[in-house]
Amino acid sequence: MDNYEFHWNVVFDAFPQLLTGAFTTVHVSVLSMLVGIIIAVLLALGKMSETKVFYHIANIWIEIARNTPALFLIYMAYFGLGAYGIHLSPYVSVFSALVFINAGYLAETFRGGFQSIPKTQYSAAKSLGMNSVKVYRYIILPQMFRRIYHPMTNQFVWSILMSSLGILVGMNELSGETQRLQSTSFRTLEFFMVAAVMYYVITKLVLLAADLIAKKVFKGEIS
Amino acid sequence: MIEIKGVHKSFGDLEVLKGIDLTVNRGEVVSIIGASGSGKSTLLYCINAIESINKGNIIVDGIDVHDKKTDINALRQNLGMVFQQWNSFPHLTVLENAALAPQVVKGFSKEKAEAIATKELTHVGLGDKLHEYPTKMSGGQQQRLAIARALAMEPPYMLFDEVTSALDPELVGEVLDTLRLLRDDGMTMICVTHEIAFAKEVSDKVAFFHEGLIEEIGTPQEVLDNPQKERTQQFLSKVL
Repeated sequence: MDNYEFHWNVVFDAFPQLLTGAFTTVHVSVLSMLVGIIIAVLLALGKMSETKVFYHIANIWIEIARNTPALFLIYMAYFGLGAYGIHLSPYVSVFSALVFINAGYLAETFRGGFQSIPKTQYSAAKSLGMNSVKVYRYIILPQMFRRIYHPMTNQFVWSILMSSLGILVGMNELSGETQRLQSTSFRTLEFFMVAAVMYYVITKLVLLAADLIAKKVFKGEIS
Repeated sequence: MIEIKGVHKSFGDLEVLKGIDLTVNRGEVVSIIGASGSGKSTLLYCINAIESINKGNIIVDGIDVHDKKTDINALRQNLGMVFQQWNSFPHLTVLENAALAPQVVKGFSKEKAEAIATKELTHVGLGDKLHEYPTKMSGGQQQRLAIARALAMEPPYMLFDEVTSALDPELVGEVLDTLRLLRDDGMTMICVTHEIAFAKEVSDKVAFFHEGLIEEIGTPQEVLDNPQKERTQQFLSKVL
């Protein structure tokens, strides 16, 4: 094997562009999580609903989201919808696909968290004279939130990493930006190594922040 | 006064209560004994409307518990309940467990609610655990917390559903001691229990349940020492 000579200068010169890409990565992940969480609540309620229509809509959504590759969903949004005259930008395509998947996974997380609270907690709270709103507000939801917190963090990290699929539809997030820069400079190894470190730093920061928040909010009790 | 009149309760096809009549006066301690599945616990759940009833009436201080117009959340404030599984709220400290309902149900200030909670927790011997989380405590301590949490609502009546059944044997004593404490305070109590000796010691009245009916009721001496009915005798010979 020939000795490969590393040239870092070209990467450092392009660092502001990489940072812009990283910002887009975080941006699309955060937004897809927020919207995903809102839809996931509705899907979880649908999956637990007695009304058949809601149940089936939620079930089909969750099944597709959990059992198809993210890449296909991104392609579907970017190329597939084009067949119907709907032309989404790379950003919106990746965003929609991530929202779709986040919602599906989180819906099951929420449902599991909800069902993991023993029924006796309701009885105990009700026996103290709390109405349903208070039972949820003070007893059920706080406990549920503790149980879904870490799975939610994992989903967030997943979103950050999966948004790199944006590279395939020409999105200018961190991977797309890296791809563009390496193709004009031919410093493939350097650029992707730096990008990998940047992904690592972003996800580590997210996990650290999540742990700090958990320690602050949940104090010494059950995790 | 709690008046239970001709109460029937079914779960699907299974009739669990087949016409229960029972009156509990203020200041009385009534123990309910009987085999598992005889309907003892179900009756307690019906008294504070955690379960509905199919027939009959349950009247607490003149208010019909199962009347649709009854504000059940207001009524439940008068009926403290402690469960077999203590059901402490794991995300709250001991003090928060006991102070929550006075605050959010009765609308007391945080200070007032915590003062009452502290008083009741100290009463049951948990005064040094106020800021701990219940998951770190023993079953006996958690059950005493459950008692204090119910007492913090200052109810005139307390319902106890086999509160020592899920405890390790060495922890039963501390919970029974707490119940004795309440009896000495003059609390009106209905205790569903398998602790026959305890029932004999603290009760004004003992009711023996058999297959959804009260087979025999009277003073502890009458029911436990000189049972008249054959089924009572059989039950007692098995558990004593």
